[in-house]
Amino acid sequence: MINKPYISTYQKNRHKRKVYTILIILFFIFVSFIISMNTGYIRLSPLQLLETLIGMGTEQQNLTLFEFRLPRIVISILVGMGLALAGCVLQGVSGNPLADPGILGINSGAGLAVVLFISFFPSTSDVPVMFLPLLAFIGAGVTATLIYVLSYKRGEGISPTRLMLTGVAIAAGISAAMIILTLRLTPENYQFVAVWLAGSIWGSNWMFVLSLLPWLLILIPYIFVKARVLNILNLGEVTATGLGVNIEKERLFLLAAAVALAGSSVSVSGGIGFIGLIAPHLARQLVGGKHQFVIPASAALGALLLLIADTIGRWFIQPSEIPAGIVVAVIGAPYFLYLLAKSKA
Amino acid sequence: MSEYVEQSLEVKKKGLASRPVIATIILIGGIIGLLLAIGISVSMGAAEIDVRTVWSAVFQYDSTLVPHQIIQETRLPRVIGAALVGASLAVSGSIMQGMTRNPLADPGLLGLNAGAAFMLAICFAFFPGLSYLYIILFAFVGAALGAGLVFGVGSLAKGGLTPMRLVLAGAAVTALLVALSEGIAIYYRINQDLAFWNAGGVSGAKWENIKIMSPWVILAILGAIVLSKSITLLSLGEEIAVGLGQKTGMIKLFGTLIILILAGSAVSVIGAVGFVGLVIPHITRFLVGYDYRWIIPCSAVLGGVLVVLADLAARMVNPPQETPIGALIAVIGVPFFLYLTRKGGQPL
Repeated sequence: MINKPYISTYQKNRHKRKVYTILIILFFIFVSFIISMNTGYIRLSPLQLLETLIGMGTEQQNLTLFEFRLPRIVISILVGMGLALAGCVLQGVSGNPLADPGILGINSGAGLAVVLFISFFPSTSDVPVMFLPLLAFIGAGVTATLIYVLSYKRGEGISPTRLMLTGVAIAAGISAAMIILTLRLTPENYQFVAVWLAGSIWGSNWMFVLSLLPWLLILIPYIFVKARVLNILNLGEVTATGLGVNIEKERLFLLAAAVALAGSSVSVSGGIGFIGLIAPHLARQLVGGKHQFVIPASAALGALLLLIADTIGRWFIQPSEIPAGIVVAVIGAPYFLYLLAKSKA
Repeated sequence: MSEYVEQSLEVKKKGLASRPVIATIILIGGIIGLLLAIGISVSMGAAEIDVRTVWSAVFQYDSTLVPHQIIQETRLPRVIGAALVGASLAVSGSIMQGMTRNPLADPGLLGLNAGAAFMLAICFAFFPGLSYLYIILFAFVGAALGAGLVFGVGSLAKGGLTPMRLVLAGAAVTALLVALSEGIAIYYRINQDLAFWNAGGVSGAKWENIKIMSPWVILAILGAIVLSKSITLLSLGEEIAVGLGQKTGMIKLFGTLIILILAGSAVSVIGAVGFVGLVIPHITRFLVGYDYRWIIPCSAVLGGVLVVLADLAARMVNPPQETPIGALIAVIGVPFFLYLTRKGGQPL
């Protein structure tokens, strides 16, 4: 009895530290946001930036900032959050640390839709490019549904292992189809497809932001609400049922949420799968295993990672660009490996 | 512990613990099937050669006859290469899935494919026009580099190399190396060359690489069979294996060594074909049960059959052009695999 107040202050302190960690990540996002607004082919000094922001910039500055850079930055943040959360939910639901949005066929489905489109309409003029996100989203949705239907068994429902294995198989089949299709493309079109598959945020404008925002606004709160369920699912099926969780229903809705998040993100960004894999792991290393903390932390980390990656990709070989997906892996993987080497058992 | 009990109950319920009779049938039937597939594959191809000539070309070789040369110098090494590659990939996949207890584990995850692809991107970008033998050598070096990174990082941590850490490090290193080679490929515009290699194919297999490769592969597969009992115990869980008196550290060390040799030599010959290592162990486990003493030899045979058939299809679909073998393996393997995951779906 005497020890009780001591324990609760101890826990409070630990919670506080986790909240601080998340706040620090948010601060980093803010800093990267400002740096990212400065970076690019046309330089804007901090003073010019401030002038432009309060509406006193030149026409060129306005155009650069409001039409090119800001939508791109906002997209990076949204996509990073979406993919990280999708990965977080998938890892939570399946209990497999290797799960990422790619495993539900989202990347490959979207990629196949894009490759098919380029194969049949080889001109990459402006009009078809606008349709790509929609097509990619449809491709992702169809593939995810197919995987779900194929792994569903009457009476047993969905087992996470079966779902993932089906996903891997379907992804392998799709990439086989993609290989055959891409080998027939002209080099220019192939280059376009390769950049798309590597993941890039080059084509972003406010319309993409608007198409992405509703998904995030609905699904992020939903996932936050379900943090407790994710915690219980982690304890194993038997325990979760014993604690009164309707596993089948919760799984279906959570998976659907993950698919929608990842599908809408991938549709504007191309195949950036790695964020969905590492952001939740990094988050767990930083704030522990409770989903109440893991969810916001991985969303913030995903946003930070993609924002930094896109900024570096824009700055590194001007005036050309490196696809953000490549930068994400080049920065993210070593850090992930470092954390892995430091981790205890 | 409770997980194990649950699993073993499930095993009993489905009667899948181990099936020596079926396994023996598969082993013998598989070997006959493999020999048949090799025979068919050697006698079919772009050039029409009748069976009698094929027979005499193999057993009474006359280097002055053109058909004999085609058989001896092109088809035979390629078919034998395909069989060896298939067996290697399948066995390394089985060991990985058994040791890591992760049904998604396959040799591609150890950074081997990505390392080889990375080295090739460098070759194509900076030393264009390298001879084939050097390209294979570079691919092997790259594969070793990728795997070395994975194992290095995995064992740096406190508590040493756990299977989970290995798989995670593999995923991260793979992502890193793939990203780097994608970057090089996009910048130097060598995407399509690289994609063709990634799609895989055994058309480049020559007697030289088979001579270098086969003793290692055979030794490693024999090693795997020796180790198989311990792998079965390890697949029940680390604590159980230790409790039953296994030296898990040693087993893991030898197991990973075998995986490296097998997958590394396979990747250097065939390119980045990963699906064999994933699908064959699952099929074999479904057929013969959980005992790795049966799983390993059976998966070697079945893997050989799959790749030989896929290579035959690669030549026959659109002759004289070759279809990427990775695509065909997926076409053959995916429906099978989907059926299995629906029907059986045992985790490990």
